[in-house]
This record gives sequence, C-alpha cells and structure tokens, in this order.
Amino acid sequence: MKLFKNINFEKLKNGLNKSRENLVNKISEKISGKANLDENELEKLEEILISSDIGVPLTEKLIDEIKKKIVIHKERNITLIRNLLFTEMLKIFKNISTENFTSINSKPFIYLIIGVNGSGKTTTIGKLAYNYKTIGNKVMVVAADTFRAAANEQLEVWAKRVDVPIFKNDAKDPSSVVYDSLEIAKNENYDVVLIDTAGRLHTKKDLMDELSKINSVIGKVIPHAPKETLLVLDATSGQNAIIQAQEFNKIVNIDGLVITKLDGSAKGGIVLQISSEKKIPIKFIGVGEHHTDLQNFEAEQFIKAMFD
Amino acid sequence: MLEDLQEKLQRALKRVTGQGRLTQSNISDTLREIRRVLLDADVNYKVAKQFIEDVKEKALGKEVITSVTPGQLITKIIYDELVKLLGNTGAELKLNPSGITTIMLIGLQGCGKTTFSAKLAKYLKDRKRNVLLVAADVYRPAAIQQLKILGSQINIPVFSIDDCKNPVEIASESLLYAKENGLNTVVIDTAGRLHVDEEMMNEAAAIKAKVKPTETLFVVDSMTGQDAVNSAKAFHEKVEFDGVVATKLDGDSRGGCVLSIKAVVDRPIKFTSLGEKLESIEKFYPDRLASRILGKGDVISLVEKAQSQIEEKEAEELEKKLMSNNFDFNDFLKQIKMIKKMGSLKSLIGMIPGINSAIKNADIDDKQLVKVESIIQSMTKGERQNPKILNGNRRKRIARGSGNSIQDVNRLIKQFEEMRRMMKMFSSKAGKTGMLNLKNFRYN
Repeated sequence: MKLFKNINFEKLKNGLNKSRENLVNKISEKISGKANLDENELEKLEEILISSDIGVPLTEKLIDEIKKKIVIHKERNITLIRNLLFTEMLKIFKNISTENFTSINSKPFIYLIIGVNGSGKTTTIGKLAYNYKTIGNKVMVVAADTFRAAANEQLEVWAKRVDVPIFKNDAKDPSSVVYDSLEIAKNENYDVVLIDTAGRLHTKKDLMDELSKINSVIGKVIPHAPKETLLVLDATSGQNAIIQAQEFNKIVNIDGLVITKLDGSAKGGIVLQISSEKKIPIKFIGVGEHHTDLQNFEAEQFIKAMFD
Repeated sequence: MLEDLQEKLQRALKRVTGQGRLTQSNISDTLREIRRVLLDADVNYKVAKQFIEDVKEKALGKEVITSVTPGQLITKIIYDELVKLLGNTGAELKLNPSGITTIMLIGLQGCGKTTFSAKLAKYLKDRKRNVLLVAADVYRPAAIQQLKILGSQINIPVFSIDDCKNPVEIASESLLYAKENGLNTVVIDTAGRLHVDEEMMNEAAAIKAKVKPTETLFVVDSMTGQDAVNSAKAFHEKVEFDGVVATKLDGDSRGGCVLSIKAVVDRPIKFTSLGEKLESIEKFYPDRLASRILGKGDVISLVEKAQSQIEEKEAEELEKKLMSNNFDFNDFLKQIKMIKKMGSLKSLIGMIPGINSAIKNADIDDKQLVKVESIIQSMTKGERQNPKILNGNRRKRIARGSGNSIQDVNRLIKQFEEMRRMMKMFSSKAGKTGMLNLKNFRYN
C-alpha cells in the first residue's frame, strides 16, 4: 500500500549526489582500471564504507563477504565489486518488513514520535500530518513536548502550515497531555494522531521513565491501540545512533525509524548497521525542510541512489 | 643484587626479542586496535589514519623501558598526542575590553545553537558582561519564540524584529540596539543550515560580513559521525570561524567528531555543552575528551599502567644521577620534588629496582623531606652548586630564611657531604649500583 504519492526519487538522488564524494565516484576513482582486487583496493573499499558511517563491524563483514564471493570470478573489475557490494548491502534489508504503513483498520491510529534532541521530530510530524491529510484522513497533532522552550509554538506553526488541528494544554506532565488528547481523538473520530515528544538523550533515566509513562498511558486510554512508535534519527549521526536505537527500544518497542537530513552530504550509513543488528525497519526518510520532503524508505532505491 | 641481575637479564631479553625499541612490528597490533577504537568513536577515517601514521613516525625507535610493553608505551604516546592535538593554548573566548563584543553562532540544524546561545549569554552575564541575545533564525518555526523564552528565564534581553525575514538586517540592527542600550556583548543565534545549501551558506557569510563578529563559533553535535569533517570544512571555507563548541556531551557518544574537526580545521574548541540546564556550559578539557575518545575502559587503564611504569623509570634515572660525582643541592632538590610528586618516600623506595630490602623496610618519615626542601630552597644558586662556600654566616641566613635551627642546617650539610662521599665510593667500584642509601638521610 503506497500512501505517499509525492515520492520524488530524483530529489533523494540529488540529495545524495550533492556530496562530490559519493560512494561510486570514490570507488571508480580508486580502483578503476585494476584487474585484480588486492589488499590495497580492499582498504580503499573499507575507507569508503567507514566514511559513510557504516561502522567497522559491518564494513568488515561486507568486505569479508566480497572477498569470499570474488574468488569464483575471473574478471575482477569495478563493476563486479559494485554489484557484489550492492547485493550484500541489499541483503541487510531483506528480512525486514519494508512496509511503510500499516493500513488503518481501526482508529485512531497513533504515532508516537521519539528521538534525541535536534533529530527532527517536530519537522517529521509536520510532514507526516501533511501526507495523511492529503490522502483524506482526519489528522491531529499533539504537543507533548512540555519541556523545551517554545516547542508547542513550533508544532503550532506546522499545524497551521499543513492545516490540521493541534492539541495542547498547559500541563507540565506530557502523559497528561497525551491522555487528554486521546480522549478527544476517540470521541471526535480522528483517523490519525501524531504525538510529538520532547527530545531526550537515551542516557537520561528520568526522561526515559517519562517516555515509558507516556507509552503506558496510551495503552490505558485506548487498550490495544493501533500504534506505531517511530524513532527519528539524524542521518549525520555516528555510531552513537546504534546505542540510541537500542536504549529507546528497551523502553518503548520501536516499530520503525525515520532518517532525517538526508539532503546533506551524510550518507546515513548508520541505517544499515541498525537494520542489520536490530532488525528495525526504516519507514521514512526526510530530505528537506518543506512539508513535502518526506519519502518512503525503499531499500533498493536507497542503496541505488548511493551508487548511481 | 639479585634484582639488579634480573633487571639486566630482562633488558637483554628485550633487546634479543626486539622489544627494546618501538618498531613497526612490535606496535602494529596495538595500532590496529587503536585505529578501530578511534573509528568506533566516530573519528573520521582519514583523520584516524593520518593521526596514527604521524604518531607512529614520531615514536618509532623510541627506547622501551624494561617494565612496559611496546604496546603499552605506544598507547601512552597516542594518548599524550591526542591531548596535545585537542588542546590549544589561548582557547579563551575573545572579549573586547571596550566597545561591543559580538559572538555569532553557526551550525547545522538541530546541533543545539539556540540552547547554547542562551547558555553562553548566561555564562557571560555571570562574568559581568551586559549581554544581548539576538534571534536571527527567521526560518525554523518558533525559533525566535524559543530564544525569547530562554532569555526571560535568565533575565537577558532578546532582540528580534517581528515579520522581518532578513537575518542580515536583524543582526546589524541588533548592534545599534546594543549600543543605544549600553549592552557590550551581543550573542547572535542563526538558523541551522546544511553546508551543501549554497544560498543559506551565502546568507551566513553575509551576516558575518555585516556584523564582523569578534568571535564566530561553530556549534557541533558531539554525536555526529564521519560527515563532520565535510560540514566543518564547508562552514569554515564559507564563514571562517574562530572556535568550536561541542554540544550534547551529556550523552554517551564518544565525541570523535570533535577530534576530526580539530584536525581538518585547526580551530580551538572553546566550550562544551552538557545538558538542557542553562548552567551546563563548561570550558573544554582536552584530557577529558581524549579519555572519552579512547574509551574509559581498557585503553585508559593501559595508559595509566604505562604512566606508572614510566615514572618508575624516572626513579631509576635519578638513581644513576645520584651515583655521578656532580651531584649537588640542585639535584637533591629536584630529587625531592620528584619524590613528592610520586607519592610517599617509602613507596618510591619500594619501586626502585635493585634496592636492598633492609632499606625497603626502613622507617622513613616523609615530613622530613619538607624540612630538607625548605632548607635547600633558602640557599642561593651558587650555594646549591657549590656547598663548600657555605660558611657560618651563610648557614645562619639559611636557618633564618627557612625557619629552622642552625643545627638543622649543619646536620643537613654534613649528611649531604657524607652521602656524596659514599656515592663516590660506590661509583668507583664499577658495577655496584642500586645502593641509594637514603638511610643516611634520616633527619632526626
């Protein structure tokens, strides 16, 4: 089920290509014209992968696989390496559901949006709200970041921009905001509720406890609520994102990832590590600050965009 | 003497097995491990590689003292170099003593500029500056509102122009406002921007050209990965900055990106930011970040072990000096200082290889060292170099100056001469080392 009609794959490609040093150019530059894949070439391959934040363990794994696979080939050239690498990278996403949406059978369908500070939660909510509204759903956004200065106001601007109602009140406890908002969503027959939460570092115990409380409140208001918890990750993040995913997953079960800021020069290679280790699907990617800049994550195209 | 023999055997063995000096082969495993540690900490691939190459080049051929392994020694050297690379003298924020000081903050989206500008404003206010915050982020929804709220929390005025979409204008107007209102420090919060967004980068450059900030600070999220070098470089090329601020260090990221930035854009790291409380701003400590990058566990304990072993080696050097004939009060004072730095006298003696057990078990009073030190410190340079000139008048002056009795001074000089005589005797008997006869220096 494809909900989003606005997918502009060229834009993703352009975003990824903005970096002059994209994956393929680097590979071509470094090993074209070489008939054999020797240690030197493999080291260059390693540089390319690690520089994309794919991380040492996964890089080693990928290179080992290529080493194993390449022996049966006579013609060891750049195209072959590319194809082998592509296949190996794609495999990582193979056993993970690539469905971006669960169809909304019962409502309200609740999105709990979580992440560390500055990852792009509020912007993602604005974009999600726009998309759901566009396909004809009754959407509400909930301002449950009661902590950061002007967080409410920020979400309010987004709500106005994409023309959806916002739920907010003066409560200091985000759980109580969530509680009240869901009562309304239930009574007023909303299709989709998008809950914005405060940015929190996964190392802050009290803030993680707060998140756990929000999560259980949702279950109390609407038992067995159809719900997705999305962790928003900044594409520029390094290896710490793996710990983020792990720690947030301990507190609330993460159903999917949103990778933001992919319009910069960061490759977002951390995604591969998380998918490979945690088996958490990537649902959406953010490629700009405009409300139309949200796209479905499609593994094949995502990797292709790195290659072409 | 048995320990001495052991020591010599160990040294010979090291030479034979090639562990006596740092060589390509005896440090390669450790270097590979450290390289991985750096990469795991998000140090940029190229930076990690170059850094390790440089350190290796410097370290090759260095003598390895008996009690550490080449791996331990190279780890210690890496740690020291890391601190050196991260550190930068004069990393203080530049503040104009008169006129207006302007600080402009730049960086990617979500790196923490707005929160940091409020922290910096408070930090400067606490240092008696009259601060004005400037809300020049006209793009992010409610960014201006956010800064206004933060400003009111810390009682600092926030300058903004309603409905103005031109940050250059806001920034330049703010300077006039500051002048008119007697505010001498202006902190400008700008919009987050991607370094690949040419239009936005031009805008940042235009703000800088207009206000000519005293300091431009690049704010970076310490959780950033490999791409940090690209954004830092691009920002520096377009909007030259004077320093770096690392935010979100209250998380558990290892902060390797800060090292990468320091390596590719040689600008000092001026502050670290560790939380959402507006007080949580700190000056940058290179050693703390170096430990964090190398990881708090194994590597650091390795460094500490090497450190203590190296100090042991220093003690050994000292012993050699004692045996030479040129030992004077200056050397003696140096020795005492070193001893004090290293801990108690007793534990030091325990560390000296080859010292006999009778001395090891002797009752040694550390307080006596203080007395000895004070007497020597009251001597002139000439007296220390040439104790023979110490006549009655000089001794009297020294006693008065150091707050000791003349008898104390006489006793020290006598014992010192006795020690010199004994050392001469020992060193003339070739090979008889290891008798640092501190027993003669019991001072009571």
